[in-house]
Amino acid sequence: MTNIDYHALAPAVILGVTVLVVLVVDLFLPARAKAAAMWVSFAGVIGALAALLTLIGEGTRVVFGGAYVVDAFTLIFQGFFLLAALVVLLISYRYLRDGGFYQGEYYFLLLTAFLGCVLMPASRNLLMLFLALELVSAPGFLMATFRKSDIRGNEGGLKFFIIGVLSTAVMLYGMSLIYGLTGALDLHAIAEGLAGLSGSRETLAEVAILFVVVGFAFKVSAVPFQFWAPDTYEGSPVPVASFLAVASAAAGFAGLLQLMFVAFVGQWEFWAPIFALLSILTMTLGNLVALRQRQAVRLLAYSGIAQAGYILLPFALVSGDTTVNTAAFTATVTYILIYAVMNLGAFAVVTAVSERRPSLQIDDFAGLLKAAPLLGVAMTAFMVSLAGVPPTGGFWGKLGIFAAAIDRGGIGIWLAVIMVINSVISVGYYFLIPRAMIFEESPDGDQRVRVPMLLGMVVVLTLVGVLAIFVLPNAIYRLGELSSLALGP
Amino acid sequence: MNESSWQQWAITITTFLPIIGALVILLVPKDKDKMIRGLGVVVTALAFIGAVVIALQFDYGRSGELQFVQNVKWIPVIGARYHVGIDGISMPLYVLTYLLGLLCAIYTARYVPSPGKTKAFVALTLLLITGMAGTFIAFDLILFFVFWELVLVPMYFLIAVWGSANRQYASIKFFLYTLFGSVFMLLGFLALYFNGPVDVETGKHTFDMQALTTFGAGGGYAHTFQLVVFGAIALGFAVKVPMWPFHTWLPDAHTEAPTIGSVLLAGIMLKMGTYGFVRIALPMMPEGAVAYAPWIGALAAIAIVYAALACLAQKDLKRLIAFSSVGHMGFVMLGIATLTTIGIQAAIFGMVAHGVITGMLFFLVGSIYDRYHTREIADIGGGMSELMPKMAGIFAFVAIASLGLPGLAGFWGEIMALLGSFNPNTAVGLNVGLYRAFMIIGGIGTILTAGYFLWMLQRVNQGEAPVKWKDHGFRDILTVEWVSWVPLLALTLVLGLLPSLILDTTATGVDTIVRIVTG
Repeated sequence: MTNIDYHALAPAVILGVTVLVVLVVDLFLPARAKAAAMWVSFAGVIGALAALLTLIGEGTRVVFGGAYVVDAFTLIFQGFFLLAALVVLLISYRYLRDGGFYQGEYYFLLLTAFLGCVLMPASRNLLMLFLALELVSAPGFLMATFRKSDIRGNEGGLKFFIIGVLSTAVMLYGMSLIYGLTGALDLHAIAEGLAGLSGSRETLAEVAILFVVVGFAFKVSAVPFQFWAPDTYEGSPVPVASFLAVASAAAGFAGLLQLMFVAFVGQWEFWAPIFALLSILTMTLGNLVALRQRQAVRLLAYSGIAQAGYILLPFALVSGDTTVNTAAFTATVTYILIYAVMNLGAFAVVTAVSERRPSLQIDDFAGLLKAAPLLGVAMTAFMVSLAGVPPTGGFWGKLGIFAAAIDRGGIGIWLAVIMVINSVISVGYYFLIPRAMIFEESPDGDQRVRVPMLLGMVVVLTLVGVLAIFVLPNAIYRLGELSSLALGP
Repeated sequence: MNESSWQQWAITITTFLPIIGALVILLVPKDKDKMIRGLGVVVTALAFIGAVVIALQFDYGRSGELQFVQNVKWIPVIGARYHVGIDGISMPLYVLTYLLGLLCAIYTARYVPSPGKTKAFVALTLLLITGMAGTFIAFDLILFFVFWELVLVPMYFLIAVWGSANRQYASIKFFLYTLFGSVFMLLGFLALYFNGPVDVETGKHTFDMQALTTFGAGGGYAHTFQLVVFGAIALGFAVKVPMWPFHTWLPDAHTEAPTIGSVLLAGIMLKMGTYGFVRIALPMMPEGAVAYAPWIGALAAIAIVYAALACLAQKDLKRLIAFSSVGHMGFVMLGIATLTTIGIQAAIFGMVAHGVITGMLFFLVGSIYDRYHTREIADIGGGMSELMPKMAGIFAFVAIASLGLPGLAGFWGEIMALLGSFNPNTAVGLNVGLYRAFMIIGGIGTILTAGYFLWMLQRVNQGEAPVKWKDHGFRDILTVEWVSWVPLLALTLVLGLLPSLILDTTATGVDTIVRIVTG
């Protein structure tokens, strides 16, 4: 057992080394060249991505006695997180450079958080999951307060921190109970251990499951642990908000998927209804409150809460039937992947706009279609996609969840109906920004706005992604399907 | 099967040609305004030619069967296929889509509504055409739904950007209403899928509409299931039609939309809903259809009278035409609700006739507005015969066609729908008395319809022209208007004299559906 499969670990190791390199390099960079840290980070992520590619088709690899597993699920999520890291880095570059931030520290923190993301899907053991989750959260607390002189930034960061630490403590307590009850940390072993419980120990196990869910519910901003999100997003630098909304939330879901579909699946009768409630409350509250938002990042924050509600829906479909579970799992993964593309795109546009209009009120988008046609068209596509309307990729994400829900029957049908109504409500706010961009006149007149090259690149790529997913949905469904192989024995 | 590759690809090429044209237009610099308009005409003309060639090569001896089929893998993971084809029921609607598309493009060659932006206007129109045409030739539920929804975004923008004063409200209302209906329809489709047959080869369920029709026709779906799912799917179609009381988006959308938006909306888009009833709801869930038919009939009868009364109260010419659509679609739905061959034949004929006539009426209202810059009937104040004799003559002709004068296209759909409800499908237990009551209500509706159209003509065409208009020197019908209108005027006459052109094409397909429903 002394042989460690370094190949399997390579993506994480390369990213980890890059984290340290960035920190050191920053010390030697002259003040005006600090932005170079971004490119060092970028190269590191590319390196990790390259290492990841060599692992494709190599079969399942087990490291650290089953605590760290590289299978299709891991590869898909790691690839996804690394790509997201590239996007967030590109979005950050100008914003950080021109905003007078500490850049070296920022990239150090950002990469650390992404390291946590990368570890999350491979973690198949409570301790690893906890470590990964903390690795995502802790740098997030700091990054959220990166606008130090901004009182909103401080408020948002503090809320984020307090709620984050509280929920982590509850989660850790839950984990310790699970360990106490089953004597196992490994997810499969926990599943076996939990199956053997009865009476008051079973009740205790259910309480413990609830506690563990709390930690992740915070991460994915599910009601009632959502109220940090709008303040924190608004107070953070926009690229950090994009990280929180996409990567951090996806990491939460990656962990939650492992826990609920593998470790706690035997107790579904207890927790599936809870997830149904969580899902309904989260999507409905997110959508209704979003209708009243007039600030773009807050709008995206509430949209993110609503979307988290959609992603939680398949969890409520879990039952004793493996085919249904597989369909639900697939739908979740597919949705997360599609959601990430459109949401990153939307944040990239918001970042571009924030350069001229840092307050980011919806009115600040007025006339954008004329001023910067690329941003206008792309943002419209992202909003249509988030609403789930063709001809955009978001439609297929929703379809996957509807299909899983209808297939489940029973409660699934009611959940699908509620989600359908929510989708229609969501159009009410998703069209606000396009309306301002297209129909309202900019106070600056017809002046053209130059889009920074890196941001423009990200916008184009995500736009192409959203449209390509619409035309060729099979690829993305296939990824979802492949990832569900992790459910097998 | 010895199908040439043209036969396989004809539908695909014709259907996607407008989208490709839209992409090409996006590459043209936007100051080349003339070129963009020209390209719009060329693309729609090519697509129309494609549709005509398909119509000519179509084997009318086998009009009940699907022809020009292309059926390939699309999203294997969920069992959705790219399955397109055309049969006698789709044919008239498919060709009509391209005809109206071409005529709109020609009309656009002269009239681009304020605020200009020709490039986006033409590109969105082309996207819209593909979406509408695709709905009529898709034979996979997911593909059908994608085409169906593809229409939403371009139509929203056509209304919201190029519409008149109240466009913002009207466009979002249109969007939310139709989206609301169609998402329930999507859930219904998924329910059909998961409770439907399993493909032997792939081991997966299927979205194939033919397979689901066979399954549903054979009593594959349980009775209660049909009641629920028919309701969900019918809701999506009903909003689109629109059936009373789901119609409130329509007067707003129509009134605010630019001329060609109204033409395409009334001419084609509304038919997507009624087509859906005929193609999907009825044959896949025959028991559901029987259970809902009297309710649909009742709503249709209400729609006919309600729309006629609403028309009598309208002051805005365009809004009047919009409300008249609700009534005409009421006749179409009444025809469907009888579940008889004659009734459903009437429905399909009515769809085409309404597309031709009301499309033409919206063209006319657009051109009248272009002269007067008002749509208020009182403001126009009569005397159009004096100011623009040709325009007034055409207007009278089309209005009279719309009110159902025998010998013109509007007549057959209405009379056959009424005949159908005189003798509804009693084999499935429809209540004859009830349907005869519908018939009487519908009959009263036709009288009211004649009343409001004639009154409209009286107020617009006749009398002394107000002094304020006399010196305007309105130009009578322009060449570009003649070009885009003559085909519709000719069709109004031809379909009125030779209804068999359409009725023969659809007969076999409709027979099959009625046989399925009758069981």
